[in-house]
Amino acid sequence: MTGPLLPLDAGLVARARALAAEAAQPVVDLARSHTTVSVERATLRLAGLTGADPDGIPWVNRLADAVQAQVGIEHGIALPVFHALKDFPDLERLAHAAAAGGVRFALPDGRAARAARDRASSAVGAGFDRIDASRATRSQLVAEIGDPPQRPWIYLIVATGDIYEDIPQAQAAAKAGADVIAVIRSTGQSLLDYVPEGATREGFAGTYATGENFRLMRAALDETSREVGRYIRLTNYASGLCMPEIAALAGMNRLDMMLNDSMYGILFRDINPIRTFVDQRFSRQVHARAGIIINTGEDNYLTTADAVEAAHTVTVSQLLNERFAHEAGLPDELLGLGHAFEINPEVPESFRLELAHALLARQLFPDAPLKWMPPTKHMTGDVFRGNLLDGFFNLAGVMTGQSILLVGMMTEAVVTPWLSDRDIALQNVRYVLSACAGLAEDFHPPADGFIATRANHVLGEAVDLLERIRDDGLLNAIADGTFGIMKRPADGGRGLDGVAKRADDYWNPAVAILDQGSTAPIPDGDPA
Amino acid sequence: MSRIVRPYGDTTGDGMVQLSFTLPVPHDKRAEGAALQLAAKMGIDGAMLVHAKPIGESYTFFVVYGASTHLVNLDEVQVVERDYPHLSPKEVNDAVREKLGRKLTVVGACIGTDAHTVGIDAILNIKGVAGEKGLEYYRELRVVNLGAQVAVPDLVNRAVDEGADAVLVSQVVTQKDAHLHNTREMSAAFREALPPGKRPLLVVGGPRFDESAAADLGVDRIFSRGTMPSDVASYLVHRLVFTNRETA
Repeated sequence: MTGPLLPLDAGLVARARALAAEAAQPVVDLARSHTTVSVERATLRLAGLTGADPDGIPWVNRLADAVQAQVGIEHGIALPVFHALKDFPDLERLAHAAAAGGVRFALPDGRAARAARDRASSAVGAGFDRIDASRATRSQLVAEIGDPPQRPWIYLIVATGDIYEDIPQAQAAAKAGADVIAVIRSTGQSLLDYVPEGATREGFAGTYATGENFRLMRAALDETSREVGRYIRLTNYASGLCMPEIAALAGMNRLDMMLNDSMYGILFRDINPIRTFVDQRFSRQVHARAGIIINTGEDNYLTTADAVEAAHTVTVSQLLNERFAHEAGLPDELLGLGHAFEINPEVPESFRLELAHALLARQLFPDAPLKWMPPTKHMTGDVFRGNLLDGFFNLAGVMTGQSILLVGMMTEAVVTPWLSDRDIALQNVRYVLSACAGLAEDFHPPADGFIATRANHVLGEAVDLLERIRDDGLLNAIADGTFGIMKRPADGGRGLDGVAKRADDYWNPAVAILDQGSTAPIPDGDPA
Repeated sequence: MSRIVRPYGDTTGDGMVQLSFTLPVPHDKRAEGAALQLAAKMGIDGAMLVHAKPIGESYTFFVVYGASTHLVNLDEVQVVERDYPHLSPKEVNDAVREKLGRKLTVVGACIGTDAHTVGIDAILNIKGVAGEKGLEYYRELRVVNLGAQVAVPDLVNRAVDEGADAVLVSQVVTQKDAHLHNTREMSAAFREALPPGKRPLLVVGGPRFDESAAADLGVDRIFSRGTMPSDVASYLVHRLVFTNRETA
């Protein structure tokens, strides 16, 4: 791909990255020194524990709760669980007994500890074998069937609440031109402290993310991929209180992209910041292992704050997301940083401003598969104007070389998309992609022009903000309402009771395997 | 001047309208005929099928222009006005800041055994619902979301501690009329704990509530299916900022 050219101040770029690394470091240290109930439950999922009790509460929750109540999670629950397992045929029957109050958990030592360690490592290793096999299958299918012929990849959403309705809709969307299918989750799943189990047919404005739903949809899209002659990627959400578990389920069931922002849950769902950062690091390590592209959520800031005034907060968040992702072992090609076309169309030169912001992201992250999000905030019931706005959004995406384009719907803010809305939206995308396929080659904004000046200005504001964040601490910046406008103190929010500082003897076989696997590339100017 | 009107294309009285729809049939002559027949049944005279396009193998999208045969008498138009004006977030913030002079405190919860926070979160979380931000987004509202399965006495205590101006309760589960029992228990508890002038405004919401049952349940207002955060915010401002209220 010939990248678009934008003369950015190289010194400023290096400074921005160095500041992001410094600002991120205390949070990384925090993530490495704490564990959460969801990290521990994800470990049980990797060890193969599935199923739920008659009330729908998964056995991983019942088992982890029992261990937490008796010995806490600060040592890691693998040792007490796999020590107790010596008296049971499998994890599920141990979980049944633990839920009934019939198991006494203890931290073993000596030979008993070594035996428990061996059992745990072997069980969790089998989970990583599944993840590795899924990754190999994806590579093989992509090699065999092929990638989409064009960039950006076309990303479409389905959301019926019923996985068996979602499947034909997703297959139809792929046949109509979608390269990536995202299944929107049921409203509020991010606040559930457990992952629902099995195939689900009822949701609120979306479909629950479950291991079985993942498996069903992936199998259906494999079929469709062969029919349409390109590998259709599947997206879901590793966010909320169960990020690590959903990442593990995604890895084992071969999802291809996962929404996974470093701060979204804190800002928009009031989830405790420490819980989020700990869960996020583990989930990103899993995504790295599984070859899953993460999508970050910077577009959301622009739906609450003004897209011109707050443009630099997007850049800051992208740089922080990049740093956290690198630290967790995600390479640039799995880093789907987000940004959006959300400037008020009534603002003079709004399109030029959009081009400046989009080019800034493109130039700052040349090897990342950037995700370009359509207008939502300024979409109204005027569907005709909405279709025009979406056309300009598509044009900006092509001109600035974006990698993944979430298809905008003219009926945004009116109805969940109708069949015809989706068709019209795809027609809009196809027209722009075909009419302007190589336009990026011709688009070289002059160094002293409006676009380059604006991009450098936003970068400068981002550096100023990063300096403040480094000096105040990222957690304090979040507490003060720097992002989005929401104030979120580190000792508040949901899920704090599921966080524990790791004890000196903390041991988790999944963490051990993942930490071995992370090979964080060091960015320019990294003080470490 | 005549109070009878027809749609306007480019000549007064031409009645011209434009519509689009999809029929679940493959695109062929019969499909086009079906589209015109539908237009005729909708009261469109001399319908012109200007666009027909297949969507996949078994659907067709149509655009039709034609003259509506219907007339509208403006004198017979009836409008159901809501009993409070609908305000934008900015109008809500301005009103609270200027007229109340302090932040308005809202305490929200799901009470009883109801664990479905989808409703209260849609109204309160900044994430909101259907593209509209929740009450946390309003700078002049202070939102305390207690989450699910909050016991009524805890809700009352917390509302008192926080100095709540309004209490929002969401109830989704309706098994054995649990939503009605829980709501009555809640309103009774507030009546017991606080004298009339000190009681917060009591608002309940859920998809199965009858909006006219507020008095029966002892609350100030009931919101049902389809309620948006701005509806609730507008109501709160109407009752707490602009009206010299008496609580239920």
